[in-house]
Amino acid sequence: MSRVIKIDPVTRVEGHGRVTIHLDDAGHVADARFHVVEFRGFEKFCEGRHFSEMPTLTERICGICPVSHHLASAKAVDAICGVQPTPTARMLRELMHMGQMIQSHALSFFHLSSPDLLLGFDSDPATRNVFGLIAANPELARKGIRLRKYGQQIIAAVGGRKIHPDVCVPGGMNRALDPEDRGALLAGVEEALATTRLGIRVILDYYAKNEKFVRTFASFPSNYMSLVTPEGNLEHYDGLLRMIGPDGTRLEDFYDPASYLSFIAEATEDWSYLKFPFYRPQGYPDGSYRVGPLARLNACDAAGTPEAQKELDKFRKLGGGKPVEGSLYYHYARLIEVLFGIERVQQLLNHPDICGQELIAESTQILPEGVGVIEAPRGTLFHHYMVDEGGAIERVNLIVASGQNNAAMNRAVTAVAKQYVKVNGKGLQEGMLNKVEAAIRCYDPCLSCSTHAVGQMPLVVEMFDCEGQLLDRLERD
Amino acid sequence: MAKKRIATVWLCGCSGCHMSFLDLDEKLIDLAALADIVASPVADVKEIPECDIGLVEGAIANEENLHVLQELRAKAKVLVSLGDCAGFGCIPMLRNQFKNEEVLDRAYVLAESNALGSVPDQEVPALLPKVRPIHEYVEVDAWIPGCPPSPEAIWQAVSALLTGKPAEEPVLSYD
Ligand code: SF4
Repeated sequence: MSRVIKIDPVTRVEGHGRVTIHLDDAGHVADARFHVVEFRGFEKFCEGRHFSEMPTLTERICGICPVSHHLASAKAVDAICGVQPTPTARMLRELMHMGQMIQSHALSFFHLSSPDLLLGFDSDPATRNVFGLIAANPELARKGIRLRKYGQQIIAAVGGRKIHPDVCVPGGMNRALDPEDRGALLAGVEEALATTRLGIRVILDYYAKNEKFVRTFASFPSNYMSLVTPEGNLEHYDGLLRMIGPDGTRLEDFYDPASYLSFIAEATEDWSYLKFPFYRPQGYPDGSYRVGPLARLNACDAAGTPEAQKELDKFRKLGGGKPVEGSLYYHYARLIEVLFGIERVQQLLNHPDICGQELIAESTQILPEGVGVIEAPRGTLFHHYMVDEGGAIERVNLIVASGQNNAAMNRAVTAVAKQYVKVNGKGLQEGMLNKVEAAIRCYDPCLSCSTHAVGQMPLVVEMFDCEGQLLDRLERD
Repeated sequence: MAKKRIATVWLCGCSGCHMSFLDLDEKLIDLAALADIVASPVADVKEIPECDIGLVEGAIANEENLHVLQELRAKAKVLVSLGDCAGFGCIPMLRNQFKNEEVLDRAYVLAESNALGSVPDQEVPALLPKVRPIHEYVEVDAWIPGCPPSPEAIWQAVSALLTGKPAEEPVLSYD
């Protein structure tokens, strides 16, 4: 007898999603799908607005990574004006972006994923969350909360607000960094580094104790894409695109992000509001690729900061000379990026011109088109605008980070469902389903971003037979 | 005194209001002592249980949003509109100047990067004809405005509801 299982909504990921698991005749898992079910429509309703409004409008795509949208949009509007921001403005933008990386990765690890790792995948769902962590390990919870707070403080100091800052303008920034804020942020560096090192110990300890589980959990080969510096190092704010294959071969290198359309295209599936981008020369679905912390560490040649480099050397050993494939290694990669972020924050704050007053490069041009690309916490983010002569938006195209992991998330839930969802005499068990969700949580999908189009994401497990008939549906309560 | 029960839901919004709630930072630890978070996107409970306070982020844009809102209204003693999307429609309501088909076509058919496929219509909730704020569907007991509301405003409102003591001077900041 074949069946379908549903998990709805998927929780502790940032958004609205649902998973369906399809069983074959013999009752074994044949396929699993991750559905994103919310949609908003930014591509359409931005039409007609003046391009200079876009950085504050499009950041409302996502409250978790508003800075990434604010900056990708700012870079697109710089391009429309044909200017580069002043050196101080560029540094401030990168500083704010590092604040975003720290807060978003801390949220993903400490608030959302660590309850699975520390309290257990099979622990009571009523307390398997950050509040359960506060009760079970208040010291660690407090440290994680303070690390996220540090990232938010950086954003507020540069951008004026923690969520939805309004600081980027075409050609630069509209406010300087206050020297007092600079001092306060520098004073926070040590504590932030200490908490990150602690997080790394927690995750490595977990890997050591659960070696086989971690190595095999949703592990599969894929392509990886990321921005790198012109030297090939880890980069988040600017740089050039690199795409590597499953064995690490470079498929594209130092590619101009503004020409993205010639090597990336998107497919849609009728069962999800989240699209499926792919590497054009390989077609869909063969050309699917992964982005985000794991992809960035797999693609770069070096980290570029000392402590992150040491950790990157250890990370590389996990792959034995090839890209690291296991989905659970996203957590480690994320924490290495937090180390990198804090080290960059320190370097930028110590730069003599960081509190400089030259913040805007003037321009009187309006060019017909602009592309802004950035590495958001979850991966590469593209904003592409076309405008008329007066600067009114005619067309908007957005490719968000989580979309590029869509195929991988579907593959990960299928792999985990095949391995852990067994329909035996005891029936479905909550812990099995939580493992399926945990596979998604590795990718930290931002379903808010994903659904800028029109949408939202819950998690249901549904079981279908081989003919597609719904046989069972599980929603936890 | 029994701990109060709080549920939070995220409808058609950007999650920024929930993030501002998490910006309570260490106050989250104080909150955990006063109340239990019984359902929330940051927790694992899938069905909304009976609760004292229900916080709603986001506007009503599709059938599922509406269903969740009605469910929470039925279970919550006090329903609070959190942020401008829930309160006034805010950004998602910008969709209302176009027909749904136009908005969907732009995203899934006409987008420059689209190569394969069509507008999703299986397993995804249908869009309502217009995006509306929550008070057009259910009775709302309290509003916390802002995009997002500041953590101070959220704390003041929630702690007043938990302790029954209204704040002396409301902090409604729009930054
Ligand atoms: S009110 Fe603002 S912060 Fe809150 S969900 Fe809406 S757009 Fe996001």
